[in-house]
Amino acid sequence: MRTPQGNVLKVAVPLRNLLQRFAFVLLIGSAFALMLLGRFDNAAVERARLGIVDAFTPVMDVVSRPVSAVNALVRDFREVVELRSEVARLTEENDRLLQWQTVARRIEAENAAFRSLLGAKTETSSFLIAARVVADAGGPFVRTVLLNAGRQDGVAKGQAVVNANGVVGRIAEVGERAARVLLLSDLNSRVPVVNERSGQRGILAGDNSEWPQLIFLPNQAQVQPGDRIVTSGHGGLLPPGLPIGVVAATGDGVVRVQPLVDWHRLEFVRVVQYDLPKLDGAADGER
Amino acid sequence: MSETVGDRLTQVARNGTPGLLTLILVLFSLAPYNFPGSAQLVPPLALMAVFHWGIYRPDLLPGPLAFVLGLLQDVLSGGPLGMWAAVFLLVLVVTASQRRFFLGKMFVVEWLGFALVVPVVFLANWIIGSIYIGAIVDPGALLIQGVLAVAFYPGLSWVMSIVRRMVGRI
Repeated sequence: MRTPQGNVLKVAVPLRNLLQRFAFVLLIGSAFALMLLGRFDNAAVERARLGIVDAFTPVMDVVSRPVSAVNALVRDFREVVELRSEVARLTEENDRLLQWQTVARRIEAENAAFRSLLGAKTETSSFLIAARVVADAGGPFVRTVLLNAGRQDGVAKGQAVVNANGVVGRIAEVGERAARVLLLSDLNSRVPVVNERSGQRGILAGDNSEWPQLIFLPNQAQVQPGDRIVTSGHGGLLPPGLPIGVVAATGDGVVRVQPLVDWHRLEFVRVVQYDLPKLDGAADGER
Repeated sequence: MSETVGDRLTQVARNGTPGLLTLILVLFSLAPYNFPGSAQLVPPLALMAVFHWGIYRPDLLPGPLAFVLGLLQDVLSGGPLGMWAAVFLLVLVVTASQRRFFLGKMFVVEWLGFALVVPVVFLANWIIGSIYIGAIVDPGALLIQGVLAVAFYPGLSWVMSIVRRMVGRI
């Protein structure tokens, strides 16, 4: 496997070597300087980062398309194989959901009647921005994805990101055309939540595992496996009542929540543009 | 000797190919693969390119370019800034300095060389990453990623040697 070598290598004059060595030391030094700078949130570094992410998002969009085409093909194949069992499962689920539909209709009517009796203010409006996941970045250290929607589409820092199943995460960084989502499972993710059954509040804290932990609960004994966890709306970042997951395990004083979102099937998501209720007395009336 | 436009173009094509290939691998290693654990397990494909070109054509993949490509990988992945930049540059310099040892040997030697580089790189990543997030990173995912990197190397190296021969001809 010999290749003809360029003459460049043979004319390695000492001066050139010296320059190269200098450049090498300079670059390694700047790499470590960047590691330090990136550790402390530096505004200039942040801006530069976002600029690069912005510039490369259209490219990542193109690159991710053949990959997602292959993904879709694999999924289609699997679906064909599992067609029969899937139909049986869906039929059963449909029967159950039809029952729920009746219940939901009744409750909806009841609720509307109660609301009009009380004169309660209805939920503030939220607007959804559709986006595609273009990079499943992160590696072993962080749990983030890149979206192909940014400031020009109305995305802002802190907004909730959901898919058809439930909450995916929160917008952590926004560029013009791109945004980075901090997934619920990331070590730095903290989301105020409420136990739908007991009304208990807590914080859902990611720890880089697939199932985040429920912390700061007033009384852990009241949590049972199977309890549904939804956003509480506290802190005003996320709208209340977005489904997050179900309590999976409560052993060893650690309460783990299995998110409704399938981390391996994140392709299209929606960013929730949520208008925080103004301080006119309506903000506390939600829960 | 006057250079024609055609000469210039082929020169650009030849000099730009390794960098472009590495760039494409950076982007592909970050694409959403949607299989369980994909974000944690997809091996650093560009690292393989840096190692390969470091052995065969270090003249076509200059250090600063490797540094910039590593930095791009850092920025897009949202991980510790400067980590892959330093790794790419160091791996390039080390392989380029040891290239006489690898040249003309069987492929297995090159593969073993890569298998020696990977644990060092991943240990450094583990330490830097743990400092960066302020907690001990689960070494399991890194271990599997490292094994996958070694397992993927022959395939990617084969593709790159085809590209290299094409580049060598122009």
